Amino acid sequence: MNYTASELMTVNAARLLRDGDRVFVGVGLPNLACNLAMRTHAPNLVMIYEAGVIGARPSRLPLSIGDPTLVSGACSVVGMYDIFSLYLQRGYVDVGFLGGAQIDRYGNINATVIGDYHQPKVRLPGSGGSMEIAAWANRCYIITPHQKRRFPARVDFRTSAGFLGGRGEREASGVRGKGPQAVVTDLGILQPDESGELVLTALHPGATLEQAQANTGWPLRAARQVQITEPPTAEELRILREELDPQGIYLKGS
Amino acid sequence: MEKHPPPAKKTSAAAPAPAKIPLWYNTDMTNKLCSLTEAIAQFVHDGDTIYAAGFTHLIPFAAGHEIIRQGRKNLTLARATPDLIYDQMVAAGCAAKIIFSYIGNPGVGSLRIVRAEIEAGRLAWEEYSHFSMISRLQAGAAGLPFMPMNPTAAGDLERVNPNYRRVKDPYTGREVVTVPPLKPDVAIVHVQRADVHGNAHIWGIIGEQKEAAFAAQHVILTAEEIVDEAVIRSDPNRTVIPDFVVDAVCPVPHCAHPSYSQGYYDRDNAFYLEWDKISESPAETQRWLEEWVFDVRDRAEYWHKLGEEVHRRLSVRPRLSHPVNYGDY
Repeated sequence: MNYTASELMTVNAARLLRDGDRVFVGVGLPNLACNLAMRTHAPNLVMIYEAGVIGARPSRLPLSIGDPTLVSGACSVVGMYDIFSLYLQRGYVDVGFLGGAQIDRYGNINATVIGDYHQPKVRLPGSGGSMEIAAWANRCYIITPHQKRRFPARVDFRTSAGFLGGRGEREASGVRGKGPQAVVTDLGILQPDESGELVLTALHPGATLEQAQANTGWPLRAARQVQITEPPTAEELRILREELDPQGIYLKGS
Repeated sequence: MEKHPPPAKKTSAAAPAPAKIPLWYNTDMTNKLCSLTEAIAQFVHDGDTIYAAGFTHLIPFAAGHEIIRQGRKNLTLARATPDLIYDQMVAAGCAAKIIFSYIGNPGVGSLRIVRAEIEAGRLAWEEYSHFSMISRLQAGAAGLPFMPMNPTAAGDLERVNPNYRRVKDPYTGREVVTVPPLKPDVAIVHVQRADVHGNAHIWGIIGEQKEAAFAAQHVILTAEEIVDEAVIRSDPNRTVIPDFVVDAVCPVPHCAHPSYSQGYYDRDNAFYLEWDKISESPAETQRWLEEWVFDVRDRAEYWHKLGEEVHRRLSVRPRLSHPVNYGDY
């Protein structure tokens, strides 16, 4: 069966979600992954958006984090201070999706700047909600294409915390969340080992360890047992293509 | 200026006394109705710190355009998400500095003009996470000296922005991260409906509207509709902003386009995509500002100029909430 890299990543991210999870969702692929999970194995998933919407049931594809379709039919809408303090800081968010220009060996993310902060070579959008999501959501997931420039050994700027310099350092910091649990790429899945270093734990059908290593900026290790992911099913692809993104806004290409 | 100056200039026609409000309650005393042109002229000055509120929703684009038309300079523009409104104001040369927590074109990509000005070293900036930005407003709104937050372990923003400080929690001895209050000179807050005094109903995404209004020295309220005070009093839980923090009440239908007002019109995502192209070229950007800001008198003319096809595309079918019974006590 044919599918795009975006479809492959979305399906694999959806499978990481558990029924009943309260998920801090972003637009784009994370939104599609959550909606797919709700329509398959996780009907009781609760989608929370940083704009303050809780329990969204969008009837069309939301095109921004504050799309009005997220509000109509939602369970609750609260202000920005409440969503970050009562919901996220207090510990009611199970899963956060994160993204950024760079992800390093220990899952730290840079979404702020390439080069010097005060004289930026490339100015990126900045934290938004991600600094706190990375710290306080119980589990974090990252969806990103597997490219060397996106996976440097060290990020230029730590916008949000992975395992810092290693799992012990994050634990010593006292933040409540458990940090990044998986990075879903178009080649496979990286997960932190005991030290907090991201290692390859799964490959998508047809992808190889050598490919993954060639596209990673540190000497990528493979887990003792590297799984092969199940290819997207016809039903998963049908939901994505016919119900969730019929115009292919996020899923077309590559 | 004082927080509560005498009521702003009024239009000649005061609203009729609403039903069920006793006649001895002189509503005209606090009528703050005025045009957006008058409100910007009176309350927004060169060098001010402005907070144009709205998290994706209810962004007061018409006010941004009026500030551009009136040629304000050296403003500090604060918003969690500067969005296209500040991209346009920066392009028009209104800004000296920007305070933000996410500079992107929402759902599209880069906020090109703000980004280019920062990369070129022409625009000063001060940066936070969303939570620290809203915590700054919360402190300003509540009259507190700072707001504490739990540490996030991502130390780089704290390192580059000296406004982040750490203090010891006096109860447990653990460290908390603090940010100082943000107290804008002027907050501009768009709402769905308000009475002539400035009591305002908002629904949908309520973002930081309330905090911005309470934190600011002056508040310009723009509204899709000016309604009878009795409408406001029929649903007091929906009143997010009370009249006594408001300085000017401006009726500005369609104020938020290309952002939206929940239940009134949809977000114009096509324009957000179009801006991504326009803002690639400084010449195109200036041409757009000429055509859509300088060459139109006000929001009514702008909306008319958008044309019926856009109006139709952005129109929205009603979806009413179930009525609430407050009880007749």
